[in-house]
Amino acid sequence: MKSAVVLLPGLNRDRDMIAALTKVSGKPPITLWESDTTIPDVDLIVIPGGFSYGDYLRCGAIGARMPVMRAVAEKAKRGVLVMGVCNGFQILVEAGLLPGALMRNASLRFVCRKVKLEIANANTAFTRNYAPGQVIDCPVAHHDGNYFAGPETLARLEGEGQIVFRYAAGTNPNGSVNDIAGIISADGNVLGLMPHPENLIEAAHGGMDGRPLFEGLVGKAA
Amino acid sequence: MIGARVTVTLKNGVLDPQGKAIEHALSGLGFDGIGSVRQGKVFDVELEGSDKAKAEAELKAMCEKLLANTVIEDYAIVLI
Repeated sequence: MKSAVVLLPGLNRDRDMIAALTKVSGKPPITLWESDTTIPDVDLIVIPGGFSYGDYLRCGAIGARMPVMRAVAEKAKRGVLVMGVCNGFQILVEAGLLPGALMRNASLRFVCRKVKLEIANANTAFTRNYAPGQVIDCPVAHHDGNYFAGPETLARLEGEGQIVFRYAAGTNPNGSVNDIAGIISADGNVLGLMPHPENLIEAAHGGMDGRPLFEGLVGKAA
Repeated sequence: MIGARVTVTLKNGVLDPQGKAIEHALSGLGFDGIGSVRQGKVFDVELEGSDKAKAEAELKAMCEKLLANTVIEDYAIVLI
């Protein structure tokens, strides 16, 4: 699997993501910079977490308007897999590649802890190595993960199986509507999620529940 | 030069936890009878030229493309 990781000033989970991709796929991803306007042939583009552009204006708002994101949107249109984690999810939403918005946590607190995630749709390129309804551990670390969408968008997401990850009963850390932790595009190739699967891929992390996501991607594109 | 003030606020019906926290703090300071507090953002923008209609159209585009997230926010433009 050939992958690329988007780097923007202020992102800080890029090294974790690069380590996870390298470990599971055996090949280090290429990296892209904010000003890149073309992206080489890859199977997967990942936007990692962090605080791009200091979270100025709104989380992800500035990053979403950088030249590299126009190139990512082009690739997404052509079916290339795109995954945004945490700030990467916020960027995808701000770029209009995924619907809805991510607002300040209802508690107003930064949350950094392990939550339980339910695999709400195991029939995606990203979750095919999980069982439907499976509950996994996954860490979250964010201040603005409170997913919001209007009633029509929400009904569409629910109806079309576009909700891929939900915080399992009682662990919603941010007030997200319908316990939404991650969603996928209508075409099934753009995924955004707040939790960090890249931080649970080897025993030393205290668990490996994030690893099947990466292994599924490797299998898919191999 | 044309000066403009753009105000961005959360749409009605969108929960504003920051506004709620401010409301709570104000009550704690003894300000009674607060109906509600909603937090927003203000942008003061200076534009070159003197064509007000053009400035307004440009500011609207700026709001749609960057200054506001129209999924959750409304905006208002006032030329000064």
